[in-house]
Amino acid sequence: MSQRTLRGQVAVVGVGETAYYKHGQAPEAEITLALRAILRACEDAGIDPRQIDGFASYSNDRNDPSRLAAALGLPELRFSNMQWGGGGGGGSAAVGNAAAAIAAGFADCVVVFRALAQGQFQRFGAAPPAATVSGEQALTFPYGLFSPAQRFAMRVMRFIHEHDIEASAQRAIALASYHHAQANPRAVMHGRPLTEEAYDSARWIVEPFRLFDCCMENDGAAALVLVSAERARDMKQKPAYILGVAQGSEHRNAARGHNAPLYATSSFTTVAPHLYEMAGIGAKNVDVLQSYENFTGGVLMSLVEHDFFTAEEANDFLTLDNLIAPGGRLPLNTSGGNLAECYMHGLELQIEAVRQLRGESTSQVPGAHVSMVISGPMVTPVSSVIFGDAATL
Amino acid sequence: MPSTHYLPPGLPAPVPEPDGLDAPYWQGTRQNELRIQRCRDCRTWLWGPEWICHQCLSFDLEWQRVDGRGLIYSWERAWHPVHPALKGHPPYIVALVELPEAGHIRMLGNLLGDPHQEVRIGAAVEAVFEPHDDAKSPYTLVHWRCVDRSG
Repeated sequence: MSQRTLRGQVAVVGVGETAYYKHGQAPEAEITLALRAILRACEDAGIDPRQIDGFASYSNDRNDPSRLAAALGLPELRFSNMQWGGGGGGGSAAVGNAAAAIAAGFADCVVVFRALAQGQFQRFGAAPPAATVSGEQALTFPYGLFSPAQRFAMRVMRFIHEHDIEASAQRAIALASYHHAQANPRAVMHGRPLTEEAYDSARWIVEPFRLFDCCMENDGAAALVLVSAERARDMKQKPAYILGVAQGSEHRNAARGHNAPLYATSSFTTVAPHLYEMAGIGAKNVDVLQSYENFTGGVLMSLVEHDFFTAEEANDFLTLDNLIAPGGRLPLNTSGGNLAECYMHGLELQIEAVRQLRGESTSQVPGAHVSMVISGPMVTPVSSVIFGDAATL
Repeated sequence: MPSTHYLPPGLPAPVPEPDGLDAPYWQGTRQNELRIQRCRDCRTWLWGPEWICHQCLSFDLEWQRVDGRGLIYSWERAWHPVHPALKGHPPYIVALVELPEAGHIRMLGNLLGDPHQEVRIGAAVEAVFEPHDDAKSPYTLVHWRCVDRSG
């Protein structure tokens, strides 16, 4: 059979989001947010929403494609897909799953979406109310190990120990997101700049994470429209072609009670090589990067595992100057990301990656042709995707 | 009466899984015994509990008592109270401990002693059993404390 690849076959042709809110402050029902984001993405793409024939999402999004299709009056639903796994690890995978469905002929116009209105449901960062726990939770909750920050601090602490990572490395990642958010009017932290001093003096959440190492929690919704590359060429927006996409995690990554054999990783050591193999390029070709910040230490490990620098180079590479647009060596999280634009579970990072290729970012990297997203460090499965403009095909 | 428990009351109590997978572990801790799963066929140590050996795919697993001596593999000091029972409580330390005697599997627990203590990865620790006899379904947690190797 011919070479199996998605490279250049599918493109993102529309992006849309609601206003972004602090958690619990969305003025509308979660599904209304989802519907508004989807309609805005269709408007951006210049298509009738009735052309949608598939949906893909992740992290157990509560808004079932069948309900969305009924609500939107779609003529038919041909593809509905949920990427397993929690956190933001499925963000790029959902884009990949949608693209695969289009390439395989299951559907012609697939929407990737994520909606969150945490005030209407349980928050991620709070312990779920339960008098008793069993299974893996019985090994962690009674010791006060509840939240994602507490779960992942353990991995990052080990990584810091193995590689002598300095506090300034995590700090630079936080500062870069806040820096870019100041140029982005959509950002929840727009007008709220972060200084080194404020970062350093912020309270500990769980060592080695201070307050600004941790993502926000927000309400809102975001959506992307994907079609075949052939169809994308004649549409309203400059297409963002998928060059490569990969998902998964290493050997026994989910071994219970923190028993992953390769412990101090962000779960990408096997995924990243597949990504670059499909894209046919390497880290040195990436012009701009969005890397999911649940916690800054996870971003650090993600960059190492995606070959942007070695763990031993991390302290030198991770400075604010290196991470900011337009001139940094690796402009990172140029919309403000999960730390400072919106914790839209990482789907806002996909939108920003597309805007960079269109030349529409509020912190534009001049002449960006290759735009990458890393989704959900330290969870399993994780995923990442590389987009390119027409010049990269 | 001062509490003999490391963390305040009100945190979730562990109960065995409905399918019985980890019941021998929780029964063991009630007797101050630390029990780890082991494959009868290939002798691989297994943790957390599972129904099949990931090494040789045998379903023939047993529970073996270990001495409970280990080394700190990683740790964290939690400050922000994410559970209502922890509000106003000082920070606390959670340690991830590897057990060289049991195939280097890792176990979690609180690190007893001063919550502000300096923690060293690689430090030797031993298991400490913390009974919760007054719980609706009594259980015992396994914690860790540093041991002085020179002594």
